[in-house]
Amino acid sequence: MSFSVEFEKKQNVLLVRMSGELDHHTAEELKTKWKERLDDEEIQHVVINLETLSFMDSSGLGVILGRYKEVKQQGGEMVVCSISPAVHRLFELAGMFKIIRLEQNEEYALMSLGVAS
Amino acid sequence: MKNEMHLEFSARSENESFARVSVASFVAQIDPTMDELTEIKTVVSEAVTNAIIHGYGEKEDGMVYIDCYLHDDAVEIDIRDEGVGIENVDEARQPLYTSKPELERSGMGFTIMENFMDEVEVSSAPGLGTTVKLKKYFKKSETLCN
Repeated sequence: MSFSVEFEKKQNVLLVRMSGELDHHTAEELKTKWKERLDDEEIQHVVINLETLSFMDSSGLGVILGRYKEVKQQGGEMVVCSISPAVHRLFELAGMFKIIRLEQNEEYALMSLGVAS
Repeated sequence: MKNEMHLEFSARSENESFARVSVASFVAQIDPTMDELTEIKTVVSEAVTNAIIHGYGEKEDGMVYIDCYLHDDAVEIDIRDEGVGIENVDEARQPLYTSKPELERSGMGFTIMENFMDEVEVSSAPGLGTTVKLKKYFKKSETLCN
């Protein structure tokens, strides 16, 4: 199974929907595309939707942490939603929830950042 | 019970998926839980990624070797490379330690292996490659002895 990513801009929020398997191989592609999207000056916050992500390892954590640093530097916030139990465990282990807020789904995540859907 | 499987493949990142899926398929025959299978896929991915990035420095002509042994109540997975080796294994195993921060590595690879498996043994020396021995005991072992 491969990996794919879909971006959508909602006001000042970049929505990142990931599908499939995120590992070291697919992380490179994600990083390049994601960095390009973050070049948009209107974007302040990021919502990551992992509803259809079936696998992630520490390479995925690395890419997300890399983007977190960029978003934080711009004074923005990163929110993750629709996370599977397996990925939740990985995030927990790496202490990701100390810096990335967890929301139940995309709607709640967007609402928490002041975006009406 | 003696049931083993051996894999040998090029140190290319596109083989990471092949490696974890192959090991998971082999282990699936002793009927582990979905959680256990996900844990096995994740640790194989971590160790193989380490071999490719750190062992061989992403030089794709190296080979990665996996030896997998199924026991009645456990699986043992040995993942080996013939790359540069690790100078200080204790340091490498520290949470958040990475020798390649410029590559956006999270430094969580060994921590994940230690949390998802019951035993993790790393043997390595500079110039002699690295072997990671992973062992996991299955919870439903008593129903599997037939």
